[in-house]
Amino acid sequence: MNGVYYRDFLILSAMQYFFTVSVVGLISATALGANAAGAGKVNFAREIRPILSNNCFHCHGPDDKHRKGNGDKGLRLDTEEGAFAALDSGFALVAEHPEKSLLLERILTKDKEEVMPPPKTGKKLTEKEVALIRRWIQEGAPYAGHWAYIKPVAPHVPEVSEPRWNSSAVDRFLFSRMRTEGLKPSAEADRETLIRRVALDLTGLPPLVEEVEAFKRDPAPEAYVRMVDRFLAKPSFGEHWARLWMDLARYADSAGYPSDPGRSIWAFRDYVIKAFNDNKPFDQFTIEQLAGDLLPGPSEEQIIATAFHRNTMTNNEGGTSDEEFRNAAVIDRVNTTWSVWMGTSMACAQCHTHKFDPLTQKEYFSFFALLNQTEDADRNDEAPLHQFLLPEEKTRKTTLEEKVASLEALFKTASPEWKQGFKDWDANFPRDLAWQGIGPSNVQSTNGAATQVREDGSILVSSSEKGGDSVTLVLPAPAADIEAFQLASIPDASLQEGGSSRSAKGAFILDQIRVSIVSEDPKAKARELKFRAVYATSAAAGFEPQTVVGLKAKADQNARNKGWNVANSTKSEALTLVPEKAVRLQPGESIRVELDQRSRKSEQLLASFALRVTSDSRAELLVATPPKIVAIMKEPAASRSPQNAAQALDYYVREHAPEAGKERAEYASRKKELDGLKPNTVPILRELAAEKRRVTKVQLRGNYLNLGDEVAPGTPGVFPALPAGALPDRLAMARWLVSAENPLTARVIANRFWESLFGVGIVRTSEEFGAQGEMPFHPELLDWLALELVRSGWDVKSFLKTLVSSAAYRQSGAVTPELQEKDPENRLVARGPRFRMSAEILRDQALFVGGLLSPTMYGKPVRPPKPNMGLSTAFGRANDWEVSAGEDRYRRALYTEVRRNSPYPSFTTFDAPNREVCTLRRNRTNTPLQALVTLNDPVFVEAAQALARKVITEGGSAAEGRIRFAFQRVLSREASGKEVDRLQRLIEEAAAAFEQDPARAKQMATDPLGALPAGADAREYATWTVFANVVLNLDEAVMRR
Amino acid sequence: MNSEENPFLSHLVDQTRRSFLSGAGRFSLGAMAVQSLLEAKGGAAVVAENPLSPRTAPLKAKAKRVIYLHMSGAPPNLDIFDYKPELVKRSGQDCPDDFLKGRKFAFTTGVPKLMGTPRNFTQHGPGGIWMSDAVPNFHRIAGDVTVVHSMKTDEFNHAPAELLLYTGSPRQGRPSMGSWVTYGLGSENENLPGFVVLISSGTQPSGGQGCWGSGFIPSVYQGVQCRSKGDPVLYVSDPAGMSRETRRHTLDALKDLNALQADALGHPETMTRIAQYELAYRMQTSVPEVMDISKESPAVLEAYGAQPGEASFANNCLLARRLVEQGVRFVQLFDWGWDFHGTGPAEDIRDGLTKKMGRTDKPVAALITELKERGLLDETIIVWGGEFGRTPFREGRTAGGAVLGRDHYPDCFSLMLAGGGFKKGFAYGSSDELGFGVAENPVHVHDLQATILNQLGFDHEKLTYRFQGRDFRLTDVHGNVVRAIID
Repeated sequence: MNGVYYRDFLILSAMQYFFTVSVVGLISATALGANAAGAGKVNFAREIRPILSNNCFHCHGPDDKHRKGNGDKGLRLDTEEGAFAALDSGFALVAEHPEKSLLLERILTKDKEEVMPPPKTGKKLTEKEVALIRRWIQEGAPYAGHWAYIKPVAPHVPEVSEPRWNSSAVDRFLFSRMRTEGLKPSAEADRETLIRRVALDLTGLPPLVEEVEAFKRDPAPEAYVRMVDRFLAKPSFGEHWARLWMDLARYADSAGYPSDPGRSIWAFRDYVIKAFNDNKPFDQFTIEQLAGDLLPGPSEEQIIATAFHRNTMTNNEGGTSDEEFRNAAVIDRVNTTWSVWMGTSMACAQCHTHKFDPLTQKEYFSFFALLNQTEDADRNDEAPLHQFLLPEEKTRKTTLEEKVASLEALFKTASPEWKQGFKDWDANFPRDLAWQGIGPSNVQSTNGAATQVREDGSILVSSSEKGGDSVTLVLPAPAADIEAFQLASIPDASLQEGGSSRSAKGAFILDQIRVSIVSEDPKAKARELKFRAVYATSAAAGFEPQTVVGLKAKADQNARNKGWNVANSTKSEALTLVPEKAVRLQPGESIRVELDQRSRKSEQLLASFALRVTSDSRAELLVATPPKIVAIMKEPAASRSPQNAAQALDYYVREHAPEAGKERAEYASRKKELDGLKPNTVPILRELAAEKRRVTKVQLRGNYLNLGDEVAPGTPGVFPALPAGALPDRLAMARWLVSAENPLTARVIANRFWESLFGVGIVRTSEEFGAQGEMPFHPELLDWLALELVRSGWDVKSFLKTLVSSAAYRQSGAVTPELQEKDPENRLVARGPRFRMSAEILRDQALFVGGLLSPTMYGKPVRPPKPNMGLSTAFGRANDWEVSAGEDRYRRALYTEVRRNSPYPSFTTFDAPNREVCTLRRNRTNTPLQALVTLNDPVFVEAAQALARKVITEGGSAAEGRIRFAFQRVLSREASGKEVDRLQRLIEEAAAAFEQDPARAKQMATDPLGALPAGADAREYATWTVFANVVLNLDEAVMRR
Repeated sequence: MNSEENPFLSHLVDQTRRSFLSGAGRFSLGAMAVQSLLEAKGGAAVVAENPLSPRTAPLKAKAKRVIYLHMSGAPPNLDIFDYKPELVKRSGQDCPDDFLKGRKFAFTTGVPKLMGTPRNFTQHGPGGIWMSDAVPNFHRIAGDVTVVHSMKTDEFNHAPAELLLYTGSPRQGRPSMGSWVTYGLGSENENLPGFVVLISSGTQPSGGQGCWGSGFIPSVYQGVQCRSKGDPVLYVSDPAGMSRETRRHTLDALKDLNALQADALGHPETMTRIAQYELAYRMQTSVPEVMDISKESPAVLEAYGAQPGEASFANNCLLARRLVEQGVRFVQLFDWGWDFHGTGPAEDIRDGLTKKMGRTDKPVAALITELKERGLLDETIIVWGGEFGRTPFREGRTAGGAVLGRDHYPDCFSLMLAGGGFKKGFAYGSSDELGFGVAENPVHVHDLQATILNQLGFDHEKLTYRFQGRDFRLTDVHGNVVRAIID
């Protein structure tokens, strides 16, 4: 069994199409591009190098560590120098002499020990390949570098005879190639097809019926171009192209790895939408994302753009090394940068020198060094973050700040009315309020500490070995009602630092206080008092004293920070408890106070304290007033200084004045809103300060702990160097990527745009332009496009317009058996491109034609319906989510929250990646599970229900009219008579089924969209929902054609 | 089997020779699709060939399918399979420096204390395999299994270790084992997904969906998560209010309308789509049927400890049997709750392990026993294990507490295999006397992968997929078939 057979067989089976067949006379890239028949000279770059790369370079390529042959000295075949070098036993290549060339001899030998490639590799050259090599050697075995590493030069644009195909360079290249291959272009598609194609390609949404009609009626010669311009100018243009960019940016709203916590990085997505809509030149777009922070005086937008490379994952799993995963993130940035802009899989060179492309491991880490100087370090908080407000938030903030300031000013210029109010308040201020100390009749400590009641009724608890105590005191009833209780710490010289506990700085913590009324009568139940407010003269930060009586903490605190904690005071401090209502004791009743202290450290127990009560209902006012104000209020009004008088008046106005109630309420609400207006955040790149810069070393075998030589930042030698004189940093790297000298970037980007519109790239392996990638199907066209992109100043809209305006793009997609047989994949573009739409477009389209799709752009991600799985991520949150309310349920797919560990299931079924790593090209599979999505997913069912309601209310009353209406809306075309007939039959069948079953009909028509309009017949709506479900599932609705 | 002896394969190989060895033509498969349509239009019925249609493995295959039972978090091997009397003897002593020098552990710093197992070990089966009292039900299947004591991995955190085990790489983005296998072999029942994932105990594995993802190979090969509550496969139920009859009517209409389109425009994919919708229609019946365990006899339910309607590991084991019986190629179970750090009573290697195993070893034993009774065990590979091992010392954070737990440990762990040509009643490899390292016959997770593929009839170096110019494989650039553990 020869391995290569089944490898290729498996690739075959992996195809997205569902048919197996016998094949004859296919056009493949090589067959078309090559001159296997013998005409003309062999082209090394296109015909020989791929053979050598596939079969030889692994052992005889750039990697000198594992290079084989010629004893131990190694034979190198990827360079001319290596291939012609003298070997121990002769020469691998002797120009014009195949018979003397050992390379050919070793390929042809029957000796199993000698033959190349070695049988165990599973590789074997075909006869055709051997013949090509032989001819190439006969022709002198000319070498050339890999095509993609040589700067494109302006190709000759052929003249063609067909006038319609002679106006655009794109068409002239394609037409002349078609002629060579004996093909003819197809006719132009009809206008309905064209506008639908352009709308879907440029905006990801189908055209409106009115737009189709307008375009059909527009007789002007420039009608098409005007139509294209309209779609280029729509805001949905930016959304569509941003969605494509999100796969490259591996954008997600979660940080990845097992726990996969949420991440706020949507500002980056919005940046990309705006960039496309503003037609930001692609070179600028590149520089901002890779190094916007390093631009002189960067704008907020340029800083947010750098989140491109903060889309790498962050590992929050316990026990993981931040440095390991910071390193993993930088590796990902290197690989992603190379993939997105250079179409080169750099990843191989992380562990060893690339086997096929001239990229050494050292060069890999030189490039790594360029990206290894940012502050981010796999921290859980994602630092560094950029904080920002959205324009509308900024406006709101300014409004609020102004309002608050004007109220402040108003408070300062107190009105006569308020001044009068203050006088009354002043007169009644409880400056002489009396607290009555009560000595306990009984004191007990649960851990058995001795207690002593002093003469003044205060208590001293002796030291105890154990921590954790509960002291219970019984107090006799006071004469009057109790308006407030007070617990005061009492300094005692015998205690630590003369404080009231045995701890340094007088610290103590009291966890809970229970106050109850108890009766002599053993049958009577104790009444525990409820309190409405608690005030403390001192409390440690993070502790809220009201929690001692079970009142809720204001801040979101954890349980540990409950209680009254005095951390740093040896003075007497007081805790005042205000009961919900005044407490009146009956004869025979007394007060029980339980003080719980859970601290394990016995020295932190409150050791010396007193209990007091007051019958003055103004107690709360007194303890609630800041000590500074109380002091002022205690001064006679006449002798207060003007500043003190003003301060007291200001306090009164802001806190108490009934006359200023309205203003105070407004002030409080504005202030609350202002405080709640927290800035949004986005993780960004920020360069380390000079003294903190990292040293980069080669990581042996790709292991970040196993380090080799130090490397300087730079770019691989096979490419032009970084601009001389510039600092070798990210900015220089970004500029280098889009410089006119770079042979790859423009080709890679042009090819990717082509792929988006034509379904398959000119280089099919749009992710790989290296030696192992496919040759460009049409090298001159690719070079022309690359140069055109640069020439236009990287003008994306103009570039796309060039493509969609071509005659090639505008062809009908219909195919004849002959054409299908000759060019099954339409690489010659002798017909219009046709392919399955993406997951996101399918969903957006369904919502759009149902009239549900929300036009709202930007902002935080949303959560449309998805099935609950009842699972959590490892060490993390639940995967299920609460569906967004209102229109957020119907936003474009681009705004759906992307969770790497639980991606949106219907998108996954249609090949959307989970965004853990950069995805350059989605597979485009067709599977039965996809049919289940578009048939049964409640999102699609809801869209069908909405479409049915439109059809019924706007499509007239006759079935035929309704069918035609739906076709226009969904497929942008007229239904044929046959189609109408067939659908009428379906409608009759469905109507008959629902006729007998109103309960089912109601479900079909309303679940999940909701109630029908008043007076509607559910059976009719159910029938048309079934119809809509079929229309949305037509092959035509799923294909972009 | 030689490919040339297999008519299906050799036919494809022929095409392969002609159209794919040219290098650049490798992907021009759309052509195939077209050709068949042309044939179909010529009068023959449309034969929809699913990429999941069954394929014969290129090499002699011992096994046809896999049930992989993964205990997410990594069970404590030293308390289940790997009996270390010397460790018990030295329990409580400081861990020797040699084992700590230059090492990093997830949650342990300083010098931890050695911890011998508190469990009783006895020998079972003809091979005298050591097993602890945590797994009483494994005792009775000891004659059917191979226990490897010398497993090792490179990663000591859950997510990378699980990804390494399932995708050959500790980082995201590669196809998973189940994807590789279904890519290689297709599925024997086109009305069911070829690769099914079942999750119990409420949490998905740390490696996330990457453990069953298809990476860069077509998504048709990714694992399909099935559920025991709600739709067993997402969206398999018709919309509320739609009867089967009406669904049939809609598909008939779709078929006719799509056929009109295909006639007018000549696109072969249109016929493909018709076929997929028919397949989907059949799945709507076959999936709920296979996922419904309520019709199993009370004796069978009792043997597994399964209860219809629950989302339990026991139910999932029973479902695994039902699925492979119906021709599903790869069934992957994940059960959460095996991270025995000792941070709570459930993670104690005494009581916690007993309880966890109480829900585990019985259904696993039942699965193996039942497959054997039904004659399916020989061609079904069953694997039971975790992503790494656990330390021979107490975990650092919890060492002061009453609960006994162990930290993550990559250098040495145990794994149980059954069926599919693996030896019966056999123990392989050993750890050193304290359980810190492999003493003999190491088996790296890449070796395990290579061996599983070997049993399924693949040379792991040749089951490849080209992506970004490189031929990727499950075992990355590593892996050796462990001949000693297979018959």
